[in-house]
Amino acid sequence: MQNQIQEVLALTNRWVKRLSREKFSMLFTLVQPMLFWLIFFGSLFQRAADVNVVQAPNYISFLAAGVVVMTVLNNGLAGGVDLLFDKENGFLERLMATPIRRSSVILSRFLFVMAITAMQILVILGVAFFFDVRPETGILGIAVILCIGMLFGVGLTAISMAMAFSVKSHGDFFSVLGFLSLPMIFLSSALVPLSAMPGWMQALAALNPMTWVIDAVRPLILIGWEAAIPQVMIALGVLVVFDALCLYGGAKAFRKTVG
Amino acid sequence: MATSSVAIEVTGLSKTYDSLTAVQDLSLTVQTGEIFGLLGPNGAGKSTTLRILITTLKPTSGKATIFSHDVEAEADTVRQLIGYVPQERAIDRFLTGREHLLLLGDLYHLPKEEAVRRIQELLKLVDLEDHADRVAKTYSGGMKRKLDIACGLLPNPKVLFLDEPTLGLDVQSRLNVWDYVRRLRDQGMTIVMTTNYLDEADQLCDRIAIIDGGTIRATGSPKELKAGLGGDGVSLTLREGDPGVHEQLTEDIKGLPFVRSIRSRERGLDIRVDAPEKALPALFEATNRIGCHIESIEYHRPRLDDVFIHYTGRSMADASSSSDSESAG
Ligand SMILES: Nc1ncnc2c1ncn2[C@@H]1O[C@H](COP(=O)(O)OP(=O)(O)O)[C@@H](O)[C@H]1O
Ligand SMILES: [Mg+2]
Repeated sequence: MQNQIQEVLALTNRWVKRLSREKFSMLFTLVQPMLFWLIFFGSLFQRAADVNVVQAPNYISFLAAGVVVMTVLNNGLAGGVDLLFDKENGFLERLMATPIRRSSVILSRFLFVMAITAMQILVILGVAFFFDVRPETGILGIAVILCIGMLFGVGLTAISMAMAFSVKSHGDFFSVLGFLSLPMIFLSSALVPLSAMPGWMQALAALNPMTWVIDAVRPLILIGWEAAIPQVMIALGVLVVFDALCLYGGAKAFRKTVG
Repeated sequence: MATSSVAIEVTGLSKTYDSLTAVQDLSLTVQTGEIFGLLGPNGAGKSTTLRILITTLKPTSGKATIFSHDVEAEADTVRQLIGYVPQERAIDRFLTGREHLLLLGDLYHLPKEEAVRRIQELLKLVDLEDHADRVAKTYSGGMKRKLDIACGLLPNPKVLFLDEPTLGLDVQSRLNVWDYVRRLRDQGMTIVMTTNYLDEADQLCDRIAIIDGGTIRATGSPKELKAGLGGDGVSLTLREGDPGVHEQLTEDIKGLPFVRSIRSRERGLDIRVDAPEKALPALFEATNRIGCHIESIEYHRPRLDDVFIHYTGRSMADASSSSDSESAG
């Protein structure tokens, strides 16, 4: 146990060092969540969105939940990229030839991606605060948002790592990534509420775990505990199933690659 | 030499990727404290064999043990005994040389002070002290290789595996690598390396296995393998083209103890001899006796390439240039 903690911390430390030295990606990591806001703050959307349709004081406050969860999505789906490069350049093999527990590499990645995601969520909520969007459920609500975000992130990161381990080339990885992330966003309640979608879209969006996650985060920000608690319960149920499936698939792909 | 003990035992090892058989029924034994080389062209199955030995790849069938620990069943124990220097420069561009070693120090759970001391020693050994705190993307190919070797040595392994350690290095860096490897062997470490350089196998390795198409074609010390061909080559060219003279000369010398084989050419004879210092005077004497005149005489030691040709039916250079088209097919 002691040993595994040492391994995971050493490996996580490596991810942190890498990020801090990749100037471009460091900047991107910090700025990306704000970019979302800048784009959507464009008065175009502000005016285009009908306050009655989104059922929120303004579009920004409606969008806050979607932006939080989209950030989780982006981080999670990209979470396997560094392992993909490690696999391709042989670094992963070097690690696997050492007597570490096989799971340490994976755990370090989860830890790192979750830490970054949590930080970004806080940045987003900070920017929202600046635009007068204050979570109705307060600090505790923010903690619940972080928990839900992490739970969703774990499953997504597992998918990403599973892909990293099973793809033949990194070209494949990025095509699948692009193929996954756009529909996940558009077929969810991130940008418009389900009630404003055509029937077929509603049906597809209801199958998207992201919808349930957003629908739990949104009342935590906009309405208050009473409306949020049932949604949070549903989201937790959805996420338990989602994570179980993703982790199972991820573990299988990992075992196939590294034994 | 004192009684040697077995470090690595491989029996009937095979590995099939999808439909391609990369290694087939491979068996070999590596003795403790020797430099053992796997010599073969690209695609021969060298890296595949090494990966099975370092536990990162599961064999399709067969068995391999390192100090009698099975690489599959006791992978964790095996990993404690080995160091690995991969073929690719498996370096993190964003970490410094020292950070690579500190990371590995944590992964091997070396006590902090010991790790720091060892890292300093290793950086000195591979002559990277002055560059230890620069990120690896600023390193030259030779420096990356040195760092790779330091990484492989950090756990103070009983067996060090090196996959094509001098591939693409300049002459000086290559000689440095040879020098480290010899020093490690002299300290008692067992070394297993792969190479597709004949001269490297010849000069550095104590014993080699020639591998081609996933199977081992011959095993032995470079000296034994070359001697096994039937000695050094002597080519006599005679002034007289008379076949009678050739026959006469062949008759006279074929009984000599150090003559292994004789092949007649149009203007002379190709003779394989065991001991050139005895053979050459005797050959002169024989030609003098029957009064024929030597126009020229050429003598060469057998080369490892001759051995490779003998066991695989093609020269190393041909094998390497054809393997690309083979693996593409
Ligand atoms: N992961 C892999 N998947 C499929 N084929 C592979 C894989 N690794 C190696 N091969 C094939 O196995 C053969 C032996 O490869 P390798 O062991 O790398 O040879 P060497 O190291 O001697 O150049 C080659 O034909 C190579 O294309
Ligand atoms: Mg190779």
